[in-house]
Amino acid sequence: MSGVRRTRRELSQLAVAAGLAGLGMVPFLATLLTAGLSLLGVGLPLLDRTLAGTRTLLDRQRHRVPGPPVRSPYRPVTGALLSRLRTMAGDPATYRDLAFLFVHFCLAPVAAVLAVGLWLGVAQGVALPLIHTVAPGAIDNYLGLPIDSLRNAALAVVPALLLGVGAYWLPRGLLHLEDLLTRALLGPTTRAALAERVVELADTRAQTVDTQAAELRRIERDLHDGAQARLVAMAMNLGLAEELLARDPEAARGLVTEARTNAGTALSELRDVVRGIHPPVLADRGLAGGLAALALGAALPVDLDVDLPDRLAPPLESALYFTAAELITNAARHSGAARVAVRLHRVGTTVRLSVFDDGRGGADPERGTGLAGIRRRLAVFDGRVRISSPAGGPTVVDVELPCES
Amino acid sequence: MRVVIAEDLALLRDGLIRLLTAYGDEVVAAVETGDELLAALLEHRPDVAVVDVRLPPTHTDEGLRAALTARERVPGLPVLVLSQYVEQLYARELLSDGAGAVGYLLKDRVADVAQFVAAVHRVAGGGMAMDPEVISQLLARPARAAPLGRLTPREHEVLALMAEGRSNGAIAQRMVVTEKAVSKHINSIFAKLDLRDCDDDHRRVRAVLTYLDA
Repeated sequence: MSGVRRTRRELSQLAVAAGLAGLGMVPFLATLLTAGLSLLGVGLPLLDRTLAGTRTLLDRQRHRVPGPPVRSPYRPVTGALLSRLRTMAGDPATYRDLAFLFVHFCLAPVAAVLAVGLWLGVAQGVALPLIHTVAPGAIDNYLGLPIDSLRNAALAVVPALLLGVGAYWLPRGLLHLEDLLTRALLGPTTRAALAERVVELADTRAQTVDTQAAELRRIERDLHDGAQARLVAMAMNLGLAEELLARDPEAARGLVTEARTNAGTALSELRDVVRGIHPPVLADRGLAGGLAALALGAALPVDLDVDLPDRLAPPLESALYFTAAELITNAARHSGAARVAVRLHRVGTTVRLSVFDDGRGGADPERGTGLAGIRRRLAVFDGRVRISSPAGGPTVVDVELPCES
Repeated sequence: MRVVIAEDLALLRDGLIRLLTAYGDEVVAAVETGDELLAALLEHRPDVAVVDVRLPPTHTDEGLRAALTARERVPGLPVLVLSQYVEQLYARELLSDGAGAVGYLLKDRVADVAQFVAAVHRVAGGGMAMDPEVISQLLARPARAAPLGRLTPREHEVLALMAEGRSNGAIAQRMVVTEKAVSKHINSIFAKLDLRDCDDDHRRVRAVLTYLDA
């Protein structure tokens, strides 16, 4: 962005800040007033409205600052008037809102005036030779430099340019200060953030326990109905064959053959169970090998780009493997894609998996269990999943997991 | 025939020794780890090695790696790899030196004793023995690369049987056609995959590799 455009944007941001700060005085004063009235027993509904309005206004401020939006720190407000007011009165965020409104009101207009004033000063300095010629004596001093001759008026350009450097950088600093102030007063406190994190952890832990229990039940059922049943049948056949061996060798042979077939089927079922628990190739070769094997076995061509300096922790490998497997399967089954690209990179302490397909798009994480299952699987690792799948394609699923360095 | 066996589970190791001895082969060494396997292969230079993929100490793909290293030092050393599961990735690694004399079978196949021993001997003789499951995995996915797309369904079938290591006669019997028809198919496959120069055994390996790489 060019310097001029950037400066213009910064100045207008400061002006907006000043405007908002002024506007903020309305809910600020209204809060004090209605709170006072409420002490007298009237004005409770007004206080409720006012606080709600304050929050709406400040949510705009939270999204206005540069960088990622500040998260709303409010406790959920529900129920009847009195319980709502009790929640809000007990929420430290309410008081921090008021503190912000006050401080912002004191500083933002000053900041805006200062920033614009500085530029006006620069403009004046640069125009001094002209002003001196047209109306000598109209300005007799510029930043301590007496303007008594055209030469001095021309010299004033030097301090004016120095002032210009300050005027160029000042808005940026001021906006940065505003950002800090907003984050400090309008963001969640450390305490609130920790409380939220605890809720999130309890949630993902419960989900993980559920998922694991369901998984174990599924494995138990697969073994019970599959390999175990076949082994029972096999033992029966062999026992019977043993009995028949002397009397009816031909029948015994038939039973032994059947037993062998059962053994083969049991083995192949066990293999499927094992693959579902932890694919052997993943144990052997890590994620790079696991993905290469997935790509080879996929129903459509897969471009693979893996850049991992060393192996990840086994639980991460497993989670990423099954995620990639699910996404490739989805692409093959639902998207009508001609090809899939899988990238796995590690940057610092983040490992990033992205799966791209050139299919018809329209994948909806709310529908179907696949994408929701991936979210659940990765939540326990603090993973983030982003899905972009406009109708008409392409579909890109980005997964980011923190990993220890 | 002199055989080296690498298998860490005593039950299966003893079973393999008993089985191969019963068919008149001589087991010159039966080892448990990847390092021992490499040493035994280089020392005994057996006619064929029967190797479990997963061996101590890491219990990953130790056996496969040892076999591949041995084949780097002794090109074409016949190796039959056994595993509880098959991966195309590993099949490709085994075939990629183009020297042939490799097998890759599920452990289940040992149950069919006669066929298993035939596979061991085929590999010892420089042939191939790819597990039908490797092949069926290949067939399950649509052909992707251009040269494979040019094969007719009939030629696909021949290529799959070739990968299992069957001779022209066996393929003919299986497909209920004449041997002449089979060799016509095979020549057509070689032509379509652009394999004209080398001798027949190598071309078979190459053809299967092309299949795996697609």
